[in-house]
Amino acid sequence: MSALLKVDGVSKRFRGLIAVDRVSFQVPQGAIFAVIGPNGAGKTTLFNMIAGNFAPDNGTVSFAGERIDGLPPDQICRRGVGRTFQIVRPFPMLSVEENVIVGALLHRHHARDARVRAHEVLRRLDLYDKRTQRASALTLPDRKRLEVARALATDPKLLLLDEVMAGLRPTETDRIVAILKELNSETGLTVLLIEHVMRAVMALASRILVLHHGAAIAEGAPEEVVRNPAVIHSYLGAEDVA
Amino acid sequence: MMARLIDGVPRRVLILLGIVVAALVLAPLVASDYLLTVLIVILYFAYLGQAWNIMMGFAGQLSLGHTLYVGLGAYAAAALYVHYGIGPWIGMLAGIPIAGIAGAFIGYLAFRFRVGGVYFAILTIGFAEFARVGFDHLEWTRGTGGLFLPVAQYAHNDLWHLRGHPVMFYYVLLAAVALAFVGCRVLLQSRIGYFWLAIREDEEAARSVGIDTFRYKMVAVVISAAMTSFAGVIFAFYYNNLFPDQVFHISRSIEIILGPIVGGIGTLFGPILGAFVLTGLAETLTSALNALGVDLPGAKQVFYGVCLLLVIVAMPDGIWPWLARYIGLKGDRS
Repeated sequence: MSALLKVDGVSKRFRGLIAVDRVSFQVPQGAIFAVIGPNGAGKTTLFNMIAGNFAPDNGTVSFAGERIDGLPPDQICRRGVGRTFQIVRPFPMLSVEENVIVGALLHRHHARDARVRAHEVLRRLDLYDKRTQRASALTLPDRKRLEVARALATDPKLLLLDEVMAGLRPTETDRIVAILKELNSETGLTVLLIEHVMRAVMALASRILVLHHGAAIAEGAPEEVVRNPAVIHSYLGAEDVA
Repeated sequence: MMARLIDGVPRRVLILLGIVVAALVLAPLVASDYLLTVLIVILYFAYLGQAWNIMMGFAGQLSLGHTLYVGLGAYAAAALYVHYGIGPWIGMLAGIPIAGIAGAFIGYLAFRFRVGGVYFAILTIGFAEFARVGFDHLEWTRGTGGLFLPVAQYAHNDLWHLRGHPVMFYYVLLAAVALAFVGCRVLLQSRIGYFWLAIREDEEAARSVGIDTFRYKMVAVVISAAMTSFAGVIFAFYYNNLFPDQVFHISRSIEIILGPIVGGIGTLFGPILGAFVLTGLAETLTSALNALGVDLPGAKQVFYGVCLLLVIVAMPDGIWPWLARYIGLKGDRS
């Protein structure tokens, strides 16, 4: 499998703090790849460099064979990278449907076509019945799914999910896991997720990268990674493995 | 096209709208001269409010210097008329692009260097003030002495030169309000309208779904500035005199934005409704005070202040969203 996303030695420094330190990994086409690590490990910073919110100080990010590091977020999205935000930010005063239409309009020129696509995505994410509600009126789990829906509507090749399961009940988590698995198997969508909820990570990811203090301390298949002593020590803690 | 415009609008709202439009079309037949001048002012502010609303209500960019574009349109058309006898409809072919370019320049400065929110508002005030001082010293437009358009008794209305009875101005403005309304509705339902709303709601999230926010904010400011300058042309030919100190004064910019705020920012009917409520009630108040023999300078301004306070406290979204619910419109952005 060829790599859809290739991150090569990226670093990001905020004043004296090295948030991300020479991290490299590759996400193959069609994979579900997870980045885990304790709070402050640099996961979101890594994401922001891939999505274009920050340019890396060093290193390169390539998507589908082309350098994308340093490009602004809108251009990266147009190339096929969709993202969600850790702290959800749907367009609050717009309806659920309109939120998703905005995403769908990226590659469609008429609102009518975008609405068709938006309905398709909303059905997939179980939000169709709530399409006329204002985004600000939704519950947190619904808003999280709306973020995913809006990103999906842009027809991404790679979807970046920043802690979409955080704060959800286990049943809600299972629901999103099921939706993502379905998307991955049916449409071949490649997913890169940051996640704390190990239940979701273990169910979804084919490969895991562990960050600690900005550096990659382990990478591999889920079963290997959770047995890695360094990972247990820095992140999982003894009882989580059992 | 027509079918799409009224798509999804309930029948009774269309009927109501038809009645309002018919009343406005027929109004000059029964209105007194005084009432007609009040209606002209209302339509003038309804149109300007609609133009300003594109920037603030749709794209979320607060301009407090919109009178700059009014003034540029007014001065360009009036000066061409005074100096070369060029009629307003030709003159606006210069005035509108000039305003558009001014808007583009301010927008470029602001959006390229990420000047947003209050700072953007201050920048727009700054440019309007700059124009006010600049025009004071511009000989071509007669500086502080004021630019006067020749006035005579006209036997009949000359639409081509906008010389004649106020009724003519009334219909020109009515047509402008109608066109602006339809234009804004079309924009709002199109791709660009959705992108504007996304930018207004959350610019970073808008960028993350692939929207080139710089580009769409530029389009908003240019369209808004160009539309606004048309009202300036009408202003010049209606009042026949222009003074930098009046045309470019910040209070003019504030007047433009009061209507949409009271009526409902980001709505299509809001600017029109706001203009009717504010100007209508203020004029009623003035004439009532006159009838009572009370002379209170500034009563109108106090009234505007009270209106703003009431709306902000009781209906922070403006009157239209409340009214829309009342008449059973699913009044999100009608």
